[in-house]
Amino acid sequence: MNKIIEMKNISKIYRAGEVDVPALKDITVDINKGTFVSFIGPSGSGKTTLLNLIGALDTPTGGILKVDGAETGRLSTKKRAIFRGENIGFIFQDFNLISVLTVYENVEYPLLMVKETPKEKRVKIVNALLEKTGMLDQKDKYPSQLSGGQKQRVAVARALTTSPRIVLADEPTANLDHDTAFMVISLMKKMRDESGVTFIFSTHDPKIVGVVDIIHTLEDGIILKSEEVTHG
Amino acid sequence: MGNLIKIAFRNLYRQKRRTLLTIAIISVGVIAVLLFSALSGAFKNMMVGQITDSMLGHMQIHRKGYVSSLDNLPLDKTIDAKQMKKMGEILDRNPRVEAYSKRILMGGMLSNYMETTNIKVAGINPKDESIVTPLLTSRIKKGEMLKKGEILLPELVTKGMNLKVGQSIVLIVNNVDSSVNGQNLKIAGIVESVVGPTGKYGYIHIDDAVTVLRMDKPEFSEIAIRLNKISSLDKVTRQISLEIVEIKNKEGEPIFEVHSWKELSPFYNIAKMIDLMSLFINILLVAIVLISILNVMIMAVYERIKEIGTLTAIGTLPGKIRTMFLMEGLFLGFFGSVAGSIIGVILIIATKFAHITIAFGRNENILIDPAIPFDQMALITLVSTIVAVLASLQPAIKASHMDPIEALRYS
Repeated sequence: MNKIIEMKNISKIYRAGEVDVPALKDITVDINKGTFVSFIGPSGSGKTTLLNLIGALDTPTGGILKVDGAETGRLSTKKRAIFRGENIGFIFQDFNLISVLTVYENVEYPLLMVKETPKEKRVKIVNALLEKTGMLDQKDKYPSQLSGGQKQRVAVARALTTSPRIVLADEPTANLDHDTAFMVISLMKKMRDESGVTFIFSTHDPKIVGVVDIIHTLEDGIILKSEEVTHG
Repeated sequence: MGNLIKIAFRNLYRQKRRTLLTIAIISVGVIAVLLFSALSGAFKNMMVGQITDSMLGHMQIHRKGYVSSLDNLPLDKTIDAKQMKKMGEILDRNPRVEAYSKRILMGGMLSNYMETTNIKVAGINPKDESIVTPLLTSRIKKGEMLKKGEILLPELVTKGMNLKVGQSIVLIVNNVDSSVNGQNLKIAGIVESVVGPTGKYGYIHIDDAVTVLRMDKPEFSEIAIRLNKISSLDKVTRQISLEIVEIKNKEGEPIFEVHSWKELSPFYNIAKMIDLMSLFINILLVAIVLISILNVMIMAVYERIKEIGTLTAIGTLPGKIRTMFLMEGLFLGFFGSVAGSIIGVILIIATKFAHITIAFGRNENILIDPAIPFDQMALITLVSTIVAVLASLQPAIKASHMDPIEALRYS
């Protein structure tokens, strides 16, 4: 009953012209609530596709995928958008902050435009998250005025504003230097510890691999191995 | 909604130069429309005023068939005293009729005892005529308004025959029985000719017209009518038409017909041409707004594909993304037309102060006095804004239907 994600025989096939390209083949894996999980593998192994399916951005070609009990593949485009807004937080490799909004407004955006939270509550949530991510003193700056690490901290705060059940991070440290990447990972781990939210990464960054609870190794759309990591 | 507006503003602000350029393009279009409307409107109103106030009146009543044989000025298609009484009752009870003037029109010969020329003459009651055609008095270049036994002669006739105010002439006309009658008249004044039918007519007193035509009782060729407001012309024309149609002959057919100045003056076609050109300029404006907004919004969507992907991924509903882009288009159209309206009004006021004059027909130095077309301004702002939203629709729909995975992958 602790499972937040259940995948049974999941497959995803893309059509490139006349040719079917299988991106995922017969994936069966479960992810428990509150875990820090990483999918690793070489480029083209299917990591991002898997995250897209979990994040309800895409639907599987075959198999059963349940996210927090909901079979997202059966939902309409609009219902999937609502589902994402309520349950999923996203962290992107390129940060993907809205350039016309300030740090504060970027973090506030999901509460305002997706969840339509009242102002008083919004202010409280956003300020608390900015404080936790160490960005409160930068809240009036625009993304163009921030460093890569600062942008990713804002992205982490934005991913957590709606109190999602799952945060998906696609190569979150790929564009960061070693120290900044370590700092961002530590921040995410801290947020997981505080909020109990499930963090799922796609990465081949050893820094992330070193801190996760479970590593699933993907290759050619298949899970080669899954291993629990014991932290000494 | 307030947040969508804020984001739309910010998005426009981040492309300041492009936004300003688009607003400037729309503004130029709006300025062109407003200036053209104001100037052409002023020109049209001035022309209509000249024509109706100089000779035609706002509308006229004739016996059926009179207007189609106007060149002959037939004396057998007239309004007799009994019919005139009925007509007077109809006109008197219409509150929109300011005044009316009975006229007897005739063609004849004018002689100064040495030379003779053709002339067309209107028999009028000077008091009524001065109200119905208030510019008649100002058309008198020399002399003064006629009294009984006097004639106002058109300028061209006096120049050709070298006639002077105070001189005597003989007016010779054929009456309805074709017998020739003449009458001595003194030249009271010389009237300026104007463009259009009856613009080159001479004037005599209506009592003299009755005398020279040997009428037992006055029979009138036409009734010229002035309304309180020319804007009610079509309405009053309809009202009076409906009433006079009840005056019928023995065969049960209507005897009289009503014509507004539009049917009597060829200038109405010029006025229609001005309206048509106005419409054409308006269509150009719509095209300018449509193309510039469509272009800008297509570029905006193209530039922000990844951002749209992010917004979609974090759960923004397609409707909100669509509204955000529509807002941007709406603001471009609205601010473009408001800026254009403000500049347009300033230019119209400047034109008023510039005292631009033109010559029309034989009248020189006619002042073009443009009025600020507030109704046109409101319409332009509304139309530009609606067109801007419509132009943004396709890019906005495209943005809202974007596949988030494709959009996020875009670089």
